[in-house]
Amino acid sequence: MSGPSKFTPKSPFARWLERRLPILGFMYDSFVAYPTPKNLNYMWTFGAILSFMLVAQIVTGVVLAMHYTPETTLAFASIEHIMRDVNWGMFLRYAHANGASMFFLAVYLHILRGMYYGSYKEPREVLWIVGIAIFLLMMASGFLGYVLPWGQMSFWAATVITNLFTAIPVVGQSITDWLLGGYSVDNATLNRFFALHYLLPFILVAVVAIHVWALHVTGQNNPTGVEVKEVEKETVPFTPFATMKDAFGIGAFLVLYAWMMFFVPNYLGHPDNYIEANPMVTPAHIVPEWYFLPFYAVLRAIPNKLLGVIALFSAVLIPAALPWLDTSKVKSGRYRPWFRKAFWVFVAVSLGLGYLGAQPAEGVYLWAARILSAYYFFHFLLLLPWLGKHEKTRPEPESISSSIAAANAVTEDASHV
Amino acid sequence: MSDDTIAQPHRRDILYIATGAMATVAAAGAVWPLLDQMNPDATTLALSSTEVDLTGIVPGQIVTVKWRGKPVFVRHRTPTEIAEAENTPLASLPDPEADSKRVKKPEWLIVVGICTHLGCIPIGHEGEFDGWFCPCHGSTYDTSGRIRSGPAPSNLEVPNYVFVSDTKIKIG
Repeated sequence: MSGPSKFTPKSPFARWLERRLPILGFMYDSFVAYPTPKNLNYMWTFGAILSFMLVAQIVTGVVLAMHYTPETTLAFASIEHIMRDVNWGMFLRYAHANGASMFFLAVYLHILRGMYYGSYKEPREVLWIVGIAIFLLMMASGFLGYVLPWGQMSFWAATVITNLFTAIPVVGQSITDWLLGGYSVDNATLNRFFALHYLLPFILVAVVAIHVWALHVTGQNNPTGVEVKEVEKETVPFTPFATMKDAFGIGAFLVLYAWMMFFVPNYLGHPDNYIEANPMVTPAHIVPEWYFLPFYAVLRAIPNKLLGVIALFSAVLIPAALPWLDTSKVKSGRYRPWFRKAFWVFVAVSLGLGYLGAQPAEGVYLWAARILSAYYFFHFLLLLPWLGKHEKTRPEPESISSSIAAANAVTEDASHV
Repeated sequence: MSDDTIAQPHRRDILYIATGAMATVAAAGAVWPLLDQMNPDATTLALSSTEVDLTGIVPGQIVTVKWRGKPVFVRHRTPTEIAEAENTPLASLPDPEADSKRVKKPEWLIVVGICTHLGCIPIGHEGEFDGWFCPCHGSTYDTSGRIRSGPAPSNLEVPNYVFVSDTKIKIG
């Protein structure tokens, strides 16, 4: 994908600049001439959607920070000030809060796309791991941001999550005190969480740049999982083809985002977070934001503090090992009949864990969460390595062009009938 | 590097190592304030104490007081609750501790009201052991504040306290 730039500067200024800082050529090669496989489907538009969401979150976040006060006695009131007094404040806050949910929705679809089409396999292992790092940073940013409104859910989410570190033997309590800046979640905690919540998105921008860099070195995977063989025949330039398709994808995504934000802005929120934080009363039923629920269910499924915390972090980190756990030589799920079934079972199990994470941790819910948690790890640690060695896969197409030709033949046959 | 250079180090090698070591120490020294600023500061560390008047607390009642930003439960135990706590065989406890070790006077149980699992505040008179039930992840404690079931690893912490008089305690 690399090589000498195909960019020819047209204006004298561009020629002058290009000899000194080849930024125009770099942009041209990365976002105009960059070859994208012809056969990408709409699941390949989530990269652009996620980039859009990151920018949207930074823009809405920066303007919200102009009105927010990270101090325990003022924080909750400053949120209400944003909601009631600040010009457009309600929309900006709803855009930011629902933006977080939309961001996670997009990232989960993006990750599942990668899992289905085997995008983590050779030579994209580093690209994949950088992606998991982005996911972790997103989780940290989402959690830190959720604490800022200083409602009951904010406070108790901060308490439960920081207390996860007390499970570490010997030094756990010291680490938690260090994170909190005290013996309980208090002003020191809120102030630093705000500072970090403002910092992390910019680190995210940098890590996303590395992610895109790695992508542009290996090139994109595609639904067949067969690498591009003839660049001229099997790819189209990023602009206008991917640009336009991505723009359409973003537009469709924005319809959902706008609907959430304007019509059901509190649907994914929790009413308890409109009660100011009270360190003396834990709400009867505390739940994290929806995008953490599957992992929360894994934590609660295990009746041992340290093991529960280990399971939680393992559940988040284990996808990073996918390039080595999935032993199949065939990349795309299209040609792996059993993997495809296992994939959809995995999706169902993850959704089931999400449902259970929102239920009380008792009785039948607890046992269901235990079974599904066990399956979650079984999928990664046993099923995928085993399937890769024993599954009878269907033949992969010779190339992207032959797969497109075959698909066209089928359509023509159908039109003759 | 050949064996020869390892066998006979130059003065320059010593200088490199010494400089590198000093630079590492200096870097660590510069990083330490950046990390330590996050630790609880002196105003937080300063041990504040809280006095609690026990006269208004009737048998069976649990009063929550605030100490160092944390809730502390002061529980006036009934004779039944004391008997339950004292007669529990230690072998049946996940974190065995005799009730007599956890109280100064059997009627008064004073414990930090923070679940030892992940820091939620348990609800009194709930759960199958009549002590506390944590709504977050389902841990139950008995009338001595000892963990009986659920994910919490240890008993509710007993803070340092003294009886200033028969009807007043000082925590901390």
